[in-house]
Amino acid sequence: MSKLISEKTKEVFLGPLSKNNPITVQVLGICSALAVTSKLEPALVMGISVTIIVAFSNVIISLLRNTIPNRIRIIVQLVVVAALVTVVSEILKAYAYDVSVQLSVYIGLIITNCILMGRLEAFAMGNKPWESFVDGLGNGFGYAWILVAVAFVRELLGSGSLLGFKVIPQSVYDAGYMNNGLMMMPPMALIIVACIIWIHRARNKDLQEK
Amino acid sequence: MNTNSNGYTVIYATVMVIIVALMLALVSSALKDTQTANVELDKKKQILASLNIDLEGKDAATIYDEYIVEEMVVNNEAEILDTTKFCAFKIDFLKELAKAEAERKLPIYVAKIDGKTKYIMSMKGTGLWGPIWGYVALNEDKNSIFGSYFSHASETPGLGAEIAYKPFQRTLIDKKILGADLTFKSISVLKPDNKPNSEYEIDGISGGTITSKAVEKMIFNCLGQYKAFYDIKVEGGAK
Repeated sequence: MSKLISEKTKEVFLGPLSKNNPITVQVLGICSALAVTSKLEPALVMGISVTIIVAFSNVIISLLRNTIPNRIRIIVQLVVVAALVTVVSEILKAYAYDVSVQLSVYIGLIITNCILMGRLEAFAMGNKPWESFVDGLGNGFGYAWILVAVAFVRELLGSGSLLGFKVIPQSVYDAGYMNNGLMMMPPMALIIVACIIWIHRARNKDLQEK
Repeated sequence: MNTNSNGYTVIYATVMVIIVALMLALVSSALKDTQTANVELDKKKQILASLNIDLEGKDAATIYDEYIVEEMVVNNEAEILDTTKFCAFKIDFLKELAKAEAERKLPIYVAKIDGKTKYIMSMKGTGLWGPIWGYVALNEDKNSIFGSYFSHASETPGLGAEIAYKPFQRTLIDKKILGADLTFKSISVLKPDNKPNSEYEIDGISGGTITSKAVEKMIFNCLGQYKAFYDIKVEGGAK
């Protein structure tokens, strides 16, 4: 069992959740983070999709890593990612049509998400399948929890609902409260991500530049 | 083994592409039926949206069967070609638009709301960045507009994409498509700053002029095809 949860594997999984977070520390994959976070549901689906794709493409590339011709390795990585993304997008169209309409092009654009290519090049090409899988999960969850956190704030303050359910009672609106329209605009996603980065860096002093 | 030789690279790429292609084809054909069902349900929702029906939390397929009492397919002389169930629904409107005008099969959905007949016409056109489409529901006089629905593939959010929202769609309600002499006149979408002051004009979207004009053109082109149909006398109708 020691192999499964060795110190290194644990670090591989936990690192991207906090100290090495793809969004707040490496600032990768920002574009989709801004685009799909005005509501909680698409953010959740996007987070899960990216996690699944990054984990499995990591495993596949890691299994193939010794056979891939060096000159076409980026192409091979892209083909693997593109195939997985297409499968996920087809499944969404079949079983979560409304969400797939909402996410529209962003599911397809997972192919170009920098997190994926980054993990494949930097990790999966040089590590065993199990570690690569854990690394993919870690980075996927690291990406997903930021998306969900941003979407939580934006949907709550922008629409007064969570996952489509009204959570702010009508009496509050009657008393003069209004939904914040700015929350629904893309700039607000950037501002919220910036706030998360701020808190994150304030708590982890070693992330701050000297 | 030398993984960097040309032969190996070519074979590797070929085999990989074939495997991936097979896998994708398999997934696509396995999920096709479910996807088609979703697309059809979505189309039903869109048609119902032109009748101003709130579908929140309801099953669109049931509501569709409840409100859409008849479907018909007509040609541009308004001769009825088909009235079987789902005959209009099955028509690929885009394909019909590609044909010569006399050969087109035009779908009409007939709905009953509070005992009153409504006719729903299909529309398809081109916006600024991609296709736009929609449905217009006419009252039983085949002249005044009861409701409308528009959607788009990729218009600019906040500008042209506003056509997909109720505030724009509601401006069409009670407007008329036939002129005083009861010939087809269509609706003009005005540029911002020109206040609509007749029942043939609606306000365009600021910053979305090209999309607004595309909507105008789409209404003119698509509703115009049913010209002969508007002339047919109906009880309490225009003529």
